[in-house]
Amino acid sequence: MSTGALRTDETGKPEVDRSWEPAGDPAGQVAEVRDVVVLGSGPAGLTAAIYTARADLKPLVLEGEPSSTSDQPGGQLMLTTEVENFPGFVDGVMGPELMASFRAQAERFGAEIRTVKATRVDLSSKPFAVWFGDSRSGEPQLRAHALVVATGARSLMLGVPGESRLLGHGLSTCATCDGFFFRGRPIAVVGGGDSALEEAIFLTKFASSVLVIHRRKQLRASKIMQDRAMANPKISFLWDSVVEEVVGDESLRALSVRNVVTGAISEVPVEGCFVAIGHAPSTALFAAQLATDAAGYITTHDGTKTSVDGVFACGDVQDHVYRQAVTAAGSGCMAAIDVERYLESQAHA
Amino acid sequence: MSESTLTLTDTTFDELVKLAGTPVLVDFWAEWCGPCKMIEPILEEIATEKSGALQVARLNVDDNVRTAQRFEVMSIPTLILFKDGEALARIVGAKPKSALLAQIEPHL
Repeated sequence: MSTGALRTDETGKPEVDRSWEPAGDPAGQVAEVRDVVVLGSGPAGLTAAIYTARADLKPLVLEGEPSSTSDQPGGQLMLTTEVENFPGFVDGVMGPELMASFRAQAERFGAEIRTVKATRVDLSSKPFAVWFGDSRSGEPQLRAHALVVATGARSLMLGVPGESRLLGHGLSTCATCDGFFFRGRPIAVVGGGDSALEEAIFLTKFASSVLVIHRRKQLRASKIMQDRAMANPKISFLWDSVVEEVVGDESLRALSVRNVVTGAISEVPVEGCFVAIGHAPSTALFAAQLATDAAGYITTHDGTKTSVDGVFACGDVQDHVYRQAVTAAGSGCMAAIDVERYLESQAHA
Repeated sequence: MSESTLTLTDTTFDELVKLAGTPVLVDFWAEWCGPCKMIEPILEEIATEKSGALQVARLNVDDNVRTAQRFEVMSIPTLILFKDGEALARIVGAKPKSALLAQIEPHL
């Protein structure tokens, strides 16, 4: 069943408000109009693409741009190794491999994927306006009747002195990329959640020792990850502690750490530091346009509907509770079905 | 990797980088690095577009630890631009094509 009918004109009467069409754009740029544009290409975005592609809505996915952070095509799983809890993979699957499969599956059903990042959206006009590349250009490059927001969440950085200078020189946001370079060296992982422990365990393959620095006395990580980390002889813990400064000239040689209970400051000699202190939703694009909760996550209601009719949100950009690949994929499927129903209702309005 | 891209090793690195008639952009990479894979097609494009003005080369850090250590590579992908054997620019981490070109082009 196709709902591509929005663009046709069966009754001779335009079904879509075309008042947005440029009267005379100086650059001669006319926006390409799509039924569905998906922003983001993690499990949520690509599942939405698979489902809307199968519904013959010819989705266009703006997958993002290469980066060594979690904000990249494929999302956070691109920086992981073995994913052991994605249903269907008895022996686990490598994160990047899983995302390559998601992508290939979406393309198989006709989803179009572009390696660009949306730089601006205007949700006040319909079809919604989307810019990528030069956001200052008057006319958007794209218009979408329905928009799926799946921009995910990005890793938080420490925000302390020395951090940006020593990034790539001992300080890393990607254990799978950089762990190799710390063979036989003492390193630290900052954080207390599942991703912090996963990185710590992974890094014991290379490092001589891994110190997990956590701001509380208790870990936030799941029981199974805690048990594994505690049982690993290379891993030790520094509790109630926060990093105040990343120390080193050419490369990292220590972390300046403050005990949050006693206030005492000490220097911890390590040669590498991996940061896994949590995530923040990537919502800058939608500031003042979509309703969010106090933490900045997009609020959804009745499935994946946002505060703007026709805009749907799925995955980590609207979920700070579950944050799993499988829940992201599930909500991506929900968004696709919500999009389909929305476009149908518009066509028959 | 295409013919337009050179493969370097610990043994051939110095000779090939010095002998090249143009600046050489060396991509330090490894099989297990996701972001490295992501910039691979971009580097291929750059190799084709800048053919004659720039030589793109790759060095696998797993197999060529010595060269990676010599240039203090601690994060991959790392791209280093060499001219007459001398390192002129260094880019750490995967970046979009435009950002790569912005750092490379002033040296060509």
